[in-house]
Amino acid sequence: MTLEAPLLSVRDYSLEFRTRSGTVHALENVSLEVAKGETVGIVGESGSGKSVLSFGILRILDAAAEVKAGTIVFAGMDMLAAKEGALQEVRGREISMIFQNPRTALNPIRKIGRQIEDVLRTHTSTLQSELKKKAIECLAQVRITDPERRYSAYPFELSGGQCQRVMIALALACNPALLIADEPTTGLDVTTQAAIMELVSDLARERNMATILITHDLALASEYCDRIVVMHAGHVVESAPTGRLFAQPRHPYTARLIAATPSPEVEIDSLSSIPGNLPDLRRNDLPSCRFHARCDRAVGQCAVESLPEVTYESGHKVRCFNPL
Amino acid sequence: MGTPAAASAYPAVSAPGWRDTWKHARYVATDNPVTLGAFLLFGFFLVLAIFGPWIAPYDPLMSNTEVALKPPSAANWFGTDSLGRDILSRIIVAAQLDFGIAISAVFASFFIGSTLGCLAGYYGGWADRIIGRIADTIMAFPLFVLAMGIVAALGNSVANIILATAIINLPFYIRVSRAEINVRRNAGYVEAARLAGNSDARILALHLFPNVLPPMMVQISLNMGWAILNAAGLSFIGLGVRPPQAEWGIMVAEGATYIISGEWWIAFFPGATLMLVVFTFNLLGDGLRDILDPRMRT
Amino acid sequence: MTPNILDIVELKKHFPIGRRSQLHAVDDVTFEIARGESVGLVGESGCGKSTLVRLITRMLDPTAGDIIFGGRNIGFIPARKFAETQFRPKIQMVFQDPTDSLNPRYTAFDTIAEPLRLLAKVKDYAELHAQVFAAARQTGLPEELLMRFPHQLSGGQKARVGIARAIALCPELLILDEPTAALDVSVQATILKLLAELRQTLGMSYLFVSHDLNVVRMLCDRVIVMYLGKVVEQGPTGEVFRAPAHPYTAALVRAIPSIGGRPEDRQVLTGEPRSPVDPDPKVCRFFGRCPKQVDRCRTERPLLREVGERRRVACHFPQVAHDA
Repeated sequence: MTLEAPLLSVRDYSLEFRTRSGTVHALENVSLEVAKGETVGIVGESGSGKSVLSFGILRILDAAAEVKAGTIVFAGMDMLAAKEGALQEVRGREISMIFQNPRTALNPIRKIGRQIEDVLRTHTSTLQSELKKKAIECLAQVRITDPERRYSAYPFELSGGQCQRVMIALALACNPALLIADEPTTGLDVTTQAAIMELVSDLARERNMATILITHDLALASEYCDRIVVMHAGHVVESAPTGRLFAQPRHPYTARLIAATPSPEVEIDSLSSIPGNLPDLRRNDLPSCRFHARCDRAVGQCAVESLPEVTYESGHKVRCFNPL
Repeated sequence: MGTPAAASAYPAVSAPGWRDTWKHARYVATDNPVTLGAFLLFGFFLVLAIFGPWIAPYDPLMSNTEVALKPPSAANWFGTDSLGRDILSRIIVAAQLDFGIAISAVFASFFIGSTLGCLAGYYGGWADRIIGRIADTIMAFPLFVLAMGIVAALGNSVANIILATAIINLPFYIRVSRAEINVRRNAGYVEAARLAGNSDARILALHLFPNVLPPMMVQISLNMGWAILNAAGLSFIGLGVRPPQAEWGIMVAEGATYIISGEWWIAFFPGATLMLVVFTFNLLGDGLRDILDPRMRT
Repeated sequence: MTPNILDIVELKKHFPIGRRSQLHAVDDVTFEIARGESVGLVGESGCGKSTLVRLITRMLDPTAGDIIFGGRNIGFIPARKFAETQFRPKIQMVFQDPTDSLNPRYTAFDTIAEPLRLLAKVKDYAELHAQVFAAARQTGLPEELLMRFPHQLSGGQKARVGIARAIALCPELLILDEPTAALDVSVQATILKLLAELRQTLGMSYLFVSHDLNVVRMLCDRVIVMYLGKVVEQGPTGEVFRAPAHPYTAALVRAIPSIGGRPEDRQVLTGEPRSPVDPDPKVCRFFGRCPKQVDRCRTERPLLREVGERRRVACHFPQVAHDA
């Protein structure tokens, strides 16, 4: 563990959305740290708030979003107080993001070579004459076959995996310090997924780039992340180094999530599910622990008192009154 | 397919369909006073159209040359025209005719156009090509000129105005329904419907068309305003409604010659009414879109 | 009664592209499903499994080959006439995306009732009611939910409606197209167990299409692996995944991340897949990406042949039995 300040520090971040059917308490007291060069996985199911958190970090949330509390500091810069101009400098250059559904994230009527040049032109000082060469280099770095020919291709001519590589090229063109990957391989074939994840982790290692991998796939996170943060209904319930999380999950939700994930050794009878539904985040009477209604270890305080943070060794943290 | 949309993770809403719509409609109306105004105005004009002849203070056809060309006064709020007829009464009664024309034309256009568009979108191939050519032919003409041509060729009558207006609006409904069907044609529930034993006709009528309807309802409202304007325009140039029938367009035509001599009210009031009605339909269309679309996004 | 519920014999589906080319979506596929058996179908995008499913459910007409159901050749019945035959209720399908496969304007009741009204010709309302409720009960769908529209139901509930609709007619062959892919992992286990249970109680045979090998392992007795329109391997599920004989199956198995696995174990396939348009009949479809390829693979396409007890592989160098 280095004593260097973390690259990204999110502290007690709370976010609400004002909607027609009420105020959605999307995130509450979320804390997260990413050190330089580290890969952190944010794991959660739908409605856990993991994507919302990543948009919040980049300040690209919907106008209906309201930050209720907390701080987000990236490389010494206060992201919540920064002006739009400063944020635009950071987005794409210092922090980049890649999304699910790569084909829809690319401009369908612009050749991919040009799209890469757009990024280079905006964020780097590459000379006009060098742009095409640099763009082709970027494509080669993401291991696209035949980059000169692909430079003039449109997104619809490429496969899903190739589109994702292009998106990675766009994201990495300016050598960002932090890459946020939001479900980058969901929807891709499993062999393509392996290739893309290998690419991302190789590039991250080469450039000492920090990565946040957002996924619902526990197994994927377990293989590619140094640390994992588990989210449920807008709360961070547990965070730990990967090995420790799976060797000794402390939060009941984490344990059940692991038990519900199919794997080669598990038989169908021992596969468990998690009963109940997510609580309606529009309610004003939400219990302190939002897993309370579905938890078999719930005790009296869980619904009413504010959750404690229990720390185990190696920075393994849980927010629970009755951890495993 | 990856993680499902967040909406499906929330527990279900328990109110049935129409109550939801009503609540949402109320929200839209109160949130946006202009939309509320449009709905109220529409209601007002609808009442006029239905009850016109009973509300009108004077007989719209009775001429009385003694009171001809009188400006607006307590007796005649909107003044009288060259034959002494009360303009207000004529405007009120014309509402019935204009609305009647617009509704007939738009719905005829809607039913025929959307049927053709659905067939074109669903079957593709020859059906699509032929129907597409029909639509293209109609669109090749400036639409008002085409309407003029149809009425001139077939004769001046209200029925022909309706026919002409319906024809020139066809391509619009053909295109919209064709596009909407195309998008939904390969949806899972269409395939599931086939597995459940539905014939093509049932799939089109019961599965696809009801889902295509909401986006088109908005356009129907906008179209109504346009149809009224079209009918008024045709009457203005002398095609369609004949005197002494009261119709907004023909009233503007009758009043046009008097503007220079200073009797502004004969053309002004029918013209202002036309403008207000079309405006109302446009705002109504926007309001309907607000009510229907966001729900579909859920 | 014939021992096999389904026999597919040299089934082909070619789509014309332009004026002279043909896309070989399904090319010479042969396999069988015994009564009461659960067979998995795995393969990545472009392998032809969606087309194969459409052929079996008779939504599409084959270009050549036979589809034999319970001893009767149903391939000859044109797709548009199939709904009128006695076979339609016997072959049903559960779709991948529960949101997309339910008509947003039909209540759950209407959706489940439709096949009963159209195919089982149930006219009496009380009888219809009873049968819909029975199907709902079997899938664990509470009665109150039947009057709801899809947008008022959760993902798991929608999945149950889709299953209830498919089993309402007690089909003999049920095709499941990635039935849990769009569901959260916490809900997945319940649905999978439900499917396993229904197979027993209703005596159906399953064709379970999935990209998730772990799920296929749990639910299927045998598995068929497809690549670019051809079957490359088939056999008992456990054996095929534990000791894959075909290099593609091996790559597929090794590409799946698992909790506690390491990224180094992932095998990444290089190269792009060959084109399914006018493929050269002499070249193995996997040539160009195969770690084992030699010249022979380019001049003589390997045919599907028996290499063990109900085990077939299409490869010149299958890895069989003793070596793992």
